Amino acid sequence: MKKKKPVANPRPGFVLEVDRQTPSILFHHGEGFRLEKLPVGRSRVVYPGEPLRGLPDPDGAIRNALLNPIDDDPLPSLLKPGMKLTIAFDDISLPLPPMQRPDVRQRIIEAVLDMAAEAGVDDVHLIAALCLHRRMTDAELRHAVGDRVFEAFHPHGLLYNHDAEDPDGMVILGQTEKGETVQMSRRAAESDLVVYVNINLVSMDGGWKSTATGLAGYEGVKAHHNVHTLRHSRSFMDQDSSELHRSNWRQGEVIKAHGPRIFQIESTLNTNTFGHDGPMAVLQKREWEWSMADRAAFTAMQAGLERMPSGARRKVFHSWKAPYDMTSIQAGEVEAVHKRTTEMVYAQHLVPVQGQTDVLTMGLPYLTPYNVNSIMNPILVMVQGLGYFFNLYRGKPLVREGGVLIMSHPTPWEFHPVHHPSYIDFFEQVLADTTDPVEIEKRYEKQFAEDEWYRHLYRTSHAYHGVHPFYMWYWGSHAMAYLGQVIVVGGDERAVSRLGFKPASTLADALEMATDTVGPKPTITHYHNPPILMADVTG
Amino acid sequence: MIATELAGKRIAITGATGFLGTALVERLLRGAPDCRMVLLVRAGKRSSPSQRARREIFRNNAFDRLIAELGKEAFWASVDERVTVIEGDVSTDGLGLDDEGRAALADCDLVIHSAATVSFDAPLDGAVEVNLLGPTRIVETLHDLNVSPHFVAVSTCYVAGNRRGLAPEQLLSDSPFHIDVSWRDEVRAARRTRADFDADSRSAERLEEFRRRARHELGAAGTPLLSAKTEQLRHRWVSDQLVEAGRARAASLGWPDAYAYTKALGERALDESRGNVPVSIVRPSIIESAWSEPVPGWIKGFRMAEPIIISYARGLLKEFPGVPEGVIDVIPVDLVVAAIIGVAAKGPSDDGSITIRQVASGTRNPLHYRRLVDLVSSWFTENPLYDRKGQPIAVPEWSFPGRGAVERQLDRVQKNLDRADKALKLLPLRGKQALINAEIEDKRDEVARAVGYVKIYGAYAECEALYGVDNLLDLHQSLAESDQHDFGCDPAVVDWDVYVRDVHLPSVVEHARVKTTGERSDPDARTRRLRKRVLAPERQLAAFDLENTIIASNVVFSYAWLATRNLGPADRMRFTLKTLSEAPGLLALDRRDRTDFLRHFYRRYDGASVAEMERLGPELLADHILTKAFPAALRRVREHRRLGHRTVLITGALNLVVDPLGPLFDDVICAEMSQRDGRYTGELLGVPPTGEVRAQALRDFAEANDIDLAESVAYADSSSDLPLLDAVGFPVAVNPETRLASVASKRGWLIEYWSKADGSSDKILPLGPLPALRRSRK
Repeated sequence: MKKKKPVANPRPGFVLEVDRQTPSILFHHGEGFRLEKLPVGRSRVVYPGEPLRGLPDPDGAIRNALLNPIDDDPLPSLLKPGMKLTIAFDDISLPLPPMQRPDVRQRIIEAVLDMAAEAGVDDVHLIAALCLHRRMTDAELRHAVGDRVFEAFHPHGLLYNHDAEDPDGMVILGQTEKGETVQMSRRAAESDLVVYVNINLVSMDGGWKSTATGLAGYEGVKAHHNVHTLRHSRSFMDQDSSELHRSNWRQGEVIKAHGPRIFQIESTLNTNTFGHDGPMAVLQKREWEWSMADRAAFTAMQAGLERMPSGARRKVFHSWKAPYDMTSIQAGEVEAVHKRTTEMVYAQHLVPVQGQTDVLTMGLPYLTPYNVNSIMNPILVMVQGLGYFFNLYRGKPLVREGGVLIMSHPTPWEFHPVHHPSYIDFFEQVLADTTDPVEIEKRYEKQFAEDEWYRHLYRTSHAYHGVHPFYMWYWGSHAMAYLGQVIVVGGDERAVSRLGFKPASTLADALEMATDTVGPKPTITHYHNPPILMADVTG
Repeated sequence: MIATELAGKRIAITGATGFLGTALVERLLRGAPDCRMVLLVRAGKRSSPSQRARREIFRNNAFDRLIAELGKEAFWASVDERVTVIEGDVSTDGLGLDDEGRAALADCDLVIHSAATVSFDAPLDGAVEVNLLGPTRIVETLHDLNVSPHFVAVSTCYVAGNRRGLAPEQLLSDSPFHIDVSWRDEVRAARRTRADFDADSRSAERLEEFRRRARHELGAAGTPLLSAKTEQLRHRWVSDQLVEAGRARAASLGWPDAYAYTKALGERALDESRGNVPVSIVRPSIIESAWSEPVPGWIKGFRMAEPIIISYARGLLKEFPGVPEGVIDVIPVDLVVAAIIGVAAKGPSDDGSITIRQVASGTRNPLHYRRLVDLVSSWFTENPLYDRKGQPIAVPEWSFPGRGAVERQLDRVQKNLDRADKALKLLPLRGKQALINAEIEDKRDEVARAVGYVKIYGAYAECEALYGVDNLLDLHQSLAESDQHDFGCDPAVVDWDVYVRDVHLPSVVEHARVKTTGERSDPDARTRRLRKRVLAPERQLAAFDLENTIIASNVVFSYAWLATRNLGPADRMRFTLKTLSEAPGLLALDRRDRTDFLRHFYRRYDGASVAEMERLGPELLADHILTKAFPAALRRVREHRRLGHRTVLITGALNLVVDPLGPLFDDVICAEMSQRDGRYTGELLGVPPTGEVRAQALRDFAEANDIDLAESVAYADSSSDLPLLDAVGFPVAVNPETRLASVASKRGWLIEYWSKADGSSDKILPLGPLPALRRSRK
């Protein structure tokens, strides 16, 4: 274990009313930052809670969870010689940013494999449950599962990426009462036991979504990855109000009835994204508490970044590995486990906020679940702001209906040609035509989803599935329908306009533009994320 | 009355498809309703004489007036009734007539000979055959037919040569300035000159030079295309030499150009050979658009003064030689036509001598050069042409310099442009920059034309002869009053201000199809239109080149990636340095011959493991090919596929490099390497599909699959792909390099500019990623 500086008890999240003494506020801005003054007297800043304490003995906690599962038998009792065991695990999209070694998945998988070895199980497959995400590279797989597991399984073809387009590799388990198809990887479906290893970064991760979505394909996810479901998930971070959640849970019923036995393992992380010390630590602090050293570090970082070419800057940011701590681990029956997990996630993320705001501002960082080691293209900028950050609420959105969302991101017209080929075409072809999610779904989804070339790239290269950019667009559809206007500060004008948003060069300009929609002297709330927070909006 | 004089007459006319000839036919058809015409017309390349006559004469807008008067049906009925078209060619002995044609000619009461090579820069021998020998051939045919109709020959005032002062209406042999040369000797010499230059053009050095220039123009386009181009250049060279020879010979004898020189000797030859055939000669000066008949401003073809005027209006021709107080002898076409018809109606002289009538304005109603320039420049100042950006073009101030100064200035410009063109062709430019070259080439052509005008017409602008028109005025006076109105030929009738500003310039501008408004044309409209045609559902096949069409890579890059995939850092550095040091040699070889280059380069794969290459395939796709690919190209391939077109990748790249892209296409035609014991040999199976082989491969493929290439599309980036692009009906140049860019823009092909996804890396030499680290540091 790395020796840690003792820290004071973590403070909960906090809402700051901006007054004359408030210093400039940090806005993430892609691979860079902006410091912005917010209007005095009508602005507030929502800060995340400080990182909760990690479990002092994570490996012990894991073993304990496996031996004492919730509403299920201890794992060793489920393991028999001659059985088919499949260990599925979350892909590269979790956690964000990727965590320092050892990854939680490595710790858990090693524990599970130890028990399987003791029980004499020798038919074991490890599958990265990536659904329609891109295949992980060997290096990424190695990072997730650790060297020992990688060396033991990968060379024999027993550790691999899920392939949702393998014509022989997928099975249909049945239909839900609402006619939703439930699809699963054949290997998992035909296993005697599927152990699913989760990292639950936000509240929508895990539960039945792990298996019903992670191990499914287009047939299975199109049941809930559509404009209708996502528009009625308010938000999908809030299980009680999420149509997406309900759909996954209905699919879970089918898995329970017709699928393999599932042993669910879920883990939660704290918000120690940038570390308590080190070069990025300042990003996790509240601006009025920055020390002279913090200020110097920030200024130096800004100066250094400005001098770097964009490729180098991207490399610097993407090489950052978060020093996350595991805050909980629970295993056993899916729904019971997930209930406990959600409590733990909420304990870290929820920040009570009184009342909505006219204008919501946010600084978008360099990373989304879909561009780890990749390029954050304009569609991902949209999904970061309107899909993820906007939806990090419980109760009601932080911004009022018809309000304005101002986000800050350079939004370059750049795409990763290997990871996001269908995004390029979506952006150049589909968005040039219309930005209406309903029209897009109706007119273009099928063509992209069934495109042979995208299918080939998804299966053999490292490309997101052809339909994936559509899901991104649907992800933002609730916010698009709800908001009065979206303004992007400091973004490439052409790219921002293509998204259907308004470009502004400064925050002041953007706030001025916002008054056209929400009237003069609007209330402003800045969403100080990352580290992640979830607004619990009341009143 | 002219109409009654000509009633019942049969008139044979040569040169009816020309400017003057068409006006003559129209006027006879409309103004002399009871005469009949026999038109001697050459057969076209793909059309019979009567088809040509219909298309080139009667569909001309000269007849709009008559059609409006008669109605369409009656017009064509009268054409069918009154006009007979026979095949004939004045440049061959016996006029190339068949029996029917001879009979038709023998029946004629009048022959009007207006066929001529009027182009002022015709090759010497061509001008001799038509202008010098033409009239003589006709009278000899008439002797042969034993008939002697009145023969009206159209000549030119300029037969008088470069001289100052009065040039009266007399035979050259009667002129005190006459130089006695034998026209027969001149004919023999002209024919010999052609043979000499032709022989010279076949010498080894010349042929080598033509080949070099063909290669410069087309690049490595493959033997068949280069040979065709070389031969074309040889013909052009011979022709250029003969033009120069004609100009030189004419100048040596005191004529402004080969046209005047051959016409002058033609008159002499006619005089000698006419025998009992009564002859009249009509000598117009510079014929321009109509004053009033059939409509003011009527003109056919882009004629002598027009290109100069348009070049001036476009700001290109900044100077033109000439003497400001000199006379520009211009005569509207309808006055010439009237004079010819008047002569025809009047008949030959009674004493058997040749009557000459000059149709010129210089003595009777002179237009001074300075006045013309003023009129033109004030008109274009009021009605400017517009450049591509929609700005009006200001016309230059003319300072009337001498010819030498202008020529020197233009020569300098031309030399600079030549140099720029050469330099640009050596640069590996692509995409929009490559079009700069096409623009320079356009500019260079324009300047070359301007130089030509100055050389050719400068002599005319400086010509200070004044052409007497006494006989012409006599003719005019002798006409009945109504004929004076309808067939008057007195040049005094022309009001030059009105003529230049209201008649001629509007007509010239309309004819030249230049931009006369500041409206900006939509620059993308054409591209969109072409793209729509390329993507029409009825297209059958779309063929794609690989390198720089679909991916920004080449065989060297893919090899570099594969070769370094398993190397450590030190070896990589050595590899990079070695490959870069070989690059110039490889590039030169590639430029010379693509096939040789590929064969030579592919040797490097000797001994590579087949299994290893197959294993690396997907990684090559992800790490190398996709990062270099043009997303728009990948999209286009699939767009064709969705439309049901057969998509074919056709490339000289190796199968092992191309295989990962296979699923994108319906079919792949590429270079294949032979294998032995699980290893590649470095030797190719068959000739790699490049240059003309690629076109042949596509043709074979189309035939085997019953596909019509005229309904197919091909995408490629370089001039070495010309055979492929030429093979299909819808060629598309993608990010074209300079040579292809100029070919594509000249031929009006669709040009696409495709780029890599922004955000992908740019390296000098793409290397494979380092082997995944065995153990990463903790």
